[in-house]
Amino acid sequence: MTRPVPLLLVALALAVPLSLLAGRVWLDPASTPNAAIILGELRLPRALLALVIGGGLGAAGAAMQGYLRNPLADPGLFGVAPGAALGAVVALWFGFAASPVMVPLLALAGAGGAMALLGLIAGRTAGVAPFTLAGVMIAGLAGALTSLAISLAPNAFAMSEIVTWLMGALTDRGWPDIWLAAPLTLVGIVLLRLAGPALDALTLGETAARSLGVNPARLQWLLIAGVGLTIGSGVAVAGVIGFVGLIVPHLVRPLTDRRPSSLIVPSALAGALLVLIADVVCRILPLVTELRLGIALSLIGAPFFLHLLLKMRRGLA
Amino acid sequence: MLAAHELQLAGRLDGVSAVLKAGTITAICGPNGAGKSSLQEALAGLLRTEHGAVRLDDQPLSALPPRERARRIGYLPQAGEVAWDLSVRGLAALGRLPHGDEAAGPVDAALASLDLVDLADRPISTLSGGEKARALLARVLAGEPRWILADEPLAALDIGHQLSLLGNLRAAAEGGTGVVIVVHDLALAMNHADRVLVLGEGRLVADGPPAEALSEAVIEQVWQVPMRWIGGPGARALVSRATQTA
Repeated sequence: MTRPVPLLLVALALAVPLSLLAGRVWLDPASTPNAAIILGELRLPRALLALVIGGGLGAAGAAMQGYLRNPLADPGLFGVAPGAALGAVVALWFGFAASPVMVPLLALAGAGGAMALLGLIAGRTAGVAPFTLAGVMIAGLAGALTSLAISLAPNAFAMSEIVTWLMGALTDRGWPDIWLAAPLTLVGIVLLRLAGPALDALTLGETAARSLGVNPARLQWLLIAGVGLTIGSGVAVAGVIGFVGLIVPHLVRPLTDRRPSSLIVPSALAGALLVLIADVVCRILPLVTELRLGIALSLIGAPFFLHLLLKMRRGLA
Repeated sequence: MLAAHELQLAGRLDGVSAVLKAGTITAICGPNGAGKSSLQEALAGLLRTEHGAVRLDDQPLSALPPRERARRIGYLPQAGEVAWDLSVRGLAALGRLPHGDEAAGPVDAALASLDLVDLADRPISTLSGGEKARALLARVLAGEPRWILADEPLAALDIGHQLSLLGNLRAAAEGGTGVVIVVHDLALAMNHADRVLVLGEGRLVADGPPAEALSEAVIEQVWQVPMRWIGGPGARALVSRATQTA
């Protein structure tokens, strides 16, 4: 059942120390000057943040695919990520770029707003399809407002801040970001794991799931809270990072018994591993400025998504 | 005992009452849109009616916690959806969800009773239609319910698989389980059910042993086609009276 978990833990145990040494400056703990400072203040928090964000994205993606019974689902569908991005953009718009607190806080507020809207809608409809459509509408609205903020940016500096931030990155993040994101993400992953049995039942369709004792309203709340906390806190500290939530469950699924519940924890671990590796690649690529993590992951993700679509079409033919 | 009392739902059910007994096979018949699936969903506690109530062993079904209800009533929907490519055993094990355990015993027993042991590790996507229907029934049996409510479990099967699945349901009924199935094929209901409920436009038109509830008069009244039964008890076939006289 949890066969991939030990495997992924071993991979992480190998990857984390390596990621600490890798970078524009390869660290040799014995001889590099200031090695302790570079490790403790720059690379360790950055590696931990990659693990936290990747873990949240992976778990949320696995839960969303289980909930929608669709391998093409992505945590972005609920509108939490665009909501959080809108909050951060508002903070940048008002010139809080220098404040280490305001951007994440307003991003969390944006995520909370999207979750509250979803919650209001969830009270009225228990069906998967209308609920998801509502999420897509929230995503569209937040996206439009974000574009509006960019087009009305008070000055070129704010506009460039916003656009750069939206690309998602782990550069210049520190311990406060971890203290913010790690607990929220952890709680979110636990909530998503609690939704596991109900997601398993949903494999048989909505009516059959109810006949197995699933309470659709409780499931919706667990998903709103779980996806909201993982994705909201991730966007708050790292900006928008796409495709991880989509790809990771696909990579992990063949290693499991394919039940949605047995996918959530392995997806969290694999997401952590993927974001960690992608961030290291961004760091060591010999480019003039560092490649943004969000861009790098989308560059990997988009072709993979296409490959997936083609494979599914062949499967149906 | 599973009892429906005066079930009322606008446009779907119109005052349906029936007391169903465990250990027998009850067939629900009726034209399209007569309210068969609605009645069954109401009996399964999945459809809230405007008036009336369903009682399970003299307890209102709506007062039962969903998981407790799920342990007693196994429901097999018509569509037979399985979203992920689980193994046959993985699918059957979903039936244990209301119990919150993964007890191997009931799952193994369900697989064995449906002759699925050799297929236990096969992914669902590689099964034939008949095998998949059996695997879906195994999911219900693994939950060890007192009642099995199945919506057209025979619809997509060839006659051989229909008879074998009916045999499985009969075995469950002989074990004391109450079996309630929606059936379109009137001959299957006539030959294999212990009791038939005939619905027409949301109303219960006939209720009784198959030979009475599915009499030629009832069929003409409800389905509006003149039909005639031929053959003997347990082996009856339905033929059109119009072509006979022509």
